[in-house]
Amino acid sequence: MTLVIIDYGIGNTKSVQFAFKRIGKEAVLSSNPREIEQADRVIFPGVGEASSAIKALKKKKLDKVIPQLKQPVLGICLGMQLLCNTTQENKTKGLGVFNVDIKRFSKKVKAPQIGWNTITNLKSNLFKGINSNSFMYFVHSYYALDCMEAIANTYYEYNFASALQKDNFYGVQFHPEKSSLVGEQILKNFLTL
Amino acid sequence: MLTKRIIPCLDIKNGRTVKGVNFRNLIDAGDPVELAKHYAKHGADELVFLDISATLEGRNTTLEMVLKVAEQVNIPFTVGGGVSSIENVNCLLKSGADKIAINSSAIKNPCLINVLSEKFGSQCITVAIDAKRINKKWTVFMAGGTIPTSLNLFDWAKEVEQRGAGEILFTSMNNDGIKTGFANVALAKLTKVINIPIIASGGAGTVQHFIDAFKIGKSDAALAASVFHFKDISISELKKELKKNQIPVRL
Repeated sequence: MTLVIIDYGIGNTKSVQFAFKRIGKEAVLSSNPREIEQADRVIFPGVGEASSAIKALKKKKLDKVIPQLKQPVLGICLGMQLLCNTTQENKTKGLGVFNVDIKRFSKKVKAPQIGWNTITNLKSNLFKGINSNSFMYFVHSYYALDCMEAIANTYYEYNFASALQKDNFYGVQFHPEKSSLVGEQILKNFLTL
Repeated sequence: MLTKRIIPCLDIKNGRTVKGVNFRNLIDAGDPVELAKHYAKHGADELVFLDISATLEGRNTTLEMVLKVAEQVNIPFTVGGGVSSIENVNCLLKSGADKIAINSSAIKNPCLINVLSEKFGSQCITVAIDAKRINKKWTVFMAGGTIPTSLNLFDWAKEVEQRGAGEILFTSMNNDGIKTGFANVALAKLTKVINIPIIASGGAGTVQHFIDAFKIGKSDAALAASVFHFKDISISELKKELKKNQIPVRL
């Protein structure tokens, strides 16, 4: 099985690649549309700012490629947010895979949320063998509103959608690659979806 | 619910841990990767590596260490010490560090905070502040606490937040190394003036000190070095005690 991590110059590709290596799976970094289309599994990572990330995707014409993918795709953190309709971060239009918008936490809470928080209402095979209230590592100032496509929720100011799924597309707001053994289990699950 | 973080800090020189690490041969305590794995396994929520190498060669060795930590450790980590340019930050992030801490370079050139947070995102830019209470005023120091500045802790913290830092690591020089507790009054005041997470540092000696840092100091995370390195306090026991005291932690 081939696993490709989309490399568009934004984010934590190395950490994700290392996490898969720890669970015994070699991942290839690529920005080549053909290579991405032909992979059995695709990871769409990202940390940083949304509008520059979309620009970087467009430059490599990946904004057209990603929404058309047919194999299981996992967006992580900003990767998940870019798969949504829009994000408040510099009023950026996303790729529109998930029918939900991304908002910023209000001044009532500290932003970014940094640290370990629980995931509940787990609704997908992505979380097979994972208990509700397991801890995952989060670092973010923007979040997805709770919606029909939510497959996990986390409470910080709101009970927001901390994971999303639509057809073959999955997205997680937290960092499974940095979330200890539970995070590694989620990555293993992704490989067997 | 978001939990409070416990963060061991490792001083690194030329790719090795230095100063006050005593693990009685259980592990190679001089090897930062082994030590990091040990802490991750025992419940540390994050790690901070502070590079105190003075030479370029030493720094390059540290970069190799960062890569190894990223490869083998499954929790997040921050790297600080001598970071002063976009290029430094880029190299460290590319090697797998999750967050970067800057200190003196931000004081010398505050715009660096704006530039780094715009380029890499606020979430990975931590500003470390060393301050000392002198005549009832908290004065910010630079160069590893050796040079006083004209900055006041609270004003500087506000400026740092406005410029885009994602987090503040506040070390009280009055408390550091003497194990009498964190600077809780200053910490609680910081929480009132800024709205980004605060890591408390300096003064940890007992479990009660951590409880106080969260309950009185209202900090989001607590960092310590020697109490963990010398096994005065085990992280898993500490977190159990915190939970007993109604402080949310990851167990």
